[in-house]
Amino acid sequence: MTSFQWQSLVPILPEITMAVGAMALLMVGVFRGDKSAQLLNILSIGLLLTVLGLILGITPFTLTTLNNALITDSFSQFGKAVIAVGLMAALLLSHRDLREGVMGRFEFPVLVLLSGIGMMLMVSANNFLSLYVALELQSFPLYVLAALRRDNAQSAEAGVKYFILGALSSGFLLFGISLLYGFAGTLDFSLLAGTLMQNGAVPGAVIGMVFVLTGLAFKISAVPFHMWTPDVYQGAPTIVTSLFAIVPKIAAILLFLRLLNGPFAPLTPDWIQIIIFLSIASMIWGALAGLVQQNIKRLLAYSSIGNMGYALLGVLAASPEGTASVLLYMTIYMIMTAGTFAIILSVTRHGEGVESLHGFAGLSKTSPAKAYALAALMFSMSGIPPLAGFFGKLFVFQSLLESGFYIVAVIGVVTSVVAAYYYLKIIKIMFFDEQQESFDDAPSSQARYFVAALSLAFVLFFIVNPNVLMATTRIAAQSLFG
Amino acid sequence: MAPLDFLADYLPILVMLFIAFFIAIAMVTASFIVGKSKPDSAKLSAYECGFDAFDDARHKFDVRFYLVAILFIIFDLEIAFLFPWAVSLGDIGLFGFWSMVIFLGVLTIGLIYEWNKGALDWE
Repeated sequence: MTSFQWQSLVPILPEITMAVGAMALLMVGVFRGDKSAQLLNILSIGLLLTVLGLILGITPFTLTTLNNALITDSFSQFGKAVIAVGLMAALLLSHRDLREGVMGRFEFPVLVLLSGIGMMLMVSANNFLSLYVALELQSFPLYVLAALRRDNAQSAEAGVKYFILGALSSGFLLFGISLLYGFAGTLDFSLLAGTLMQNGAVPGAVIGMVFVLTGLAFKISAVPFHMWTPDVYQGAPTIVTSLFAIVPKIAAILLFLRLLNGPFAPLTPDWIQIIIFLSIASMIWGALAGLVQQNIKRLLAYSSIGNMGYALLGVLAASPEGTASVLLYMTIYMIMTAGTFAIILSVTRHGEGVESLHGFAGLSKTSPAKAYALAALMFSMSGIPPLAGFFGKLFVFQSLLESGFYIVAVIGVVTSVVAAYYYLKIIKIMFFDEQQESFDDAPSSQARYFVAALSLAFVLFFIVNPNVLMATTRIAAQSLFG
Repeated sequence: MAPLDFLADYLPILVMLFIAFFIAIAMVTASFIVGKSKPDSAKLSAYECGFDAFDDARHKFDVRFYLVAILFIIFDLEIAFLFPWAVSLGDIGLFGFWSMVIFLGVLTIGLIYEWNKGALDWE
């Protein structure tokens, strides 16, 4: 055993800071009680800002630490920065609800931070053990958050359902990892790639990979492993749903990218079939099942299923361009989702958030600003130029065509047209349907308007200077291919 | 070396298992034969923790049993980590030592949290 150098921990300084901060905040909360929930929320946002500074401050050399368990490179740096921003958005959206009542619990920001550490470690994982631990650390706080409204049967159901299916997917993942270990004799990503390269596609290792991908497909809710998503999105409190929609899937998609282009690169012909199926099925089911939804949270769940299908399209290309397009797509999607939830959360009636689609009827008359903002975001989601969402899809399809997946690309375009129906339906309801009951007059929280404004500005003005973000994603993707 | 020869090294463990098995059987049988047995309902009822082992599963029970059990398991697992750590401390050096100290620190934070939350109060 070589002597340990404390400097070797520098690459994971952001995670360490976040972990120490989260525990300190937990202690503050437990001694001051639930009335400090909003204070903790502000402190958590401050902590995340510090962490974001640390992430961006670390020079993006490829470094491994803790006996190759974790790796930091431009790819993980990009992922962590996006995750930190997403977590901040989620905390800003929740700020108002933490003031009092059932949701006013100081554990909320702490759980979000703990889950965030798991997500950041996920994009840094360089070994199946650290991958598994990070994945569980990410999932457990989310199970608790889904069931945060214990007095509400739907929320409790969402928590239990999420937990059971999450545990099942972890079982798949562990089984796959054990098969890989049995056939390749290593858990290290780069060593595994070398072994698979040498021995070719050993059936046992291929089966192991299939199980690992199944476990991860649960996490990104790709069809046919999507069953939990609509129920959890609908049942969980809306601020928690917004967190689910904004952040965790980025970490999971980045993990897909790292696995498929790293240890599983020698098995590319095998995983390509799986990813093609997952992405086509997700796009089709996300588009068709979304058509009949009457609840906006459920609708957004199907929308996220469909969007994961598009993100997986970019994974198919297995090239730096494809990876860059996925990173860009996920970033744009995250920002659009944050804005959408900011507006949905700010539309209330009798103090309760409006959830039914028809409840939004007449929004354009009472609060036109919200209606126009939501309309812009929905246009962007359905991929109408010149909004940001269009470019996300454009680059994914472009990388797909460059790699020669013509049929898949055609299916993607067709389903995107089908899905446009439900995004446009929301706009139609807001602008042309008769209002039945008035909305609450009181303005919603400043933090929500702030998130909505930022998101809207990004969606509208992305076209002005898309190169900054695109260059960053390209550098991040390049580091994955060495 | 034949494929299964390495198993010979484990022979003492097998012998020990047999001895342990027979001593245990002998003690149980002996106490069963020699000991006095005067059962009454108080003696036969479930002791301390909970409910009859063979009973209808659908009835109310106090969820606090489970809270205590879960909290117990956390610290039980801690012991399971501490033993191999203590044995191998000479090899893993200062890094291993501080790793465990950090782990114990994290657990302590959990303990402070549950204590303050009142999870350890029965009433």
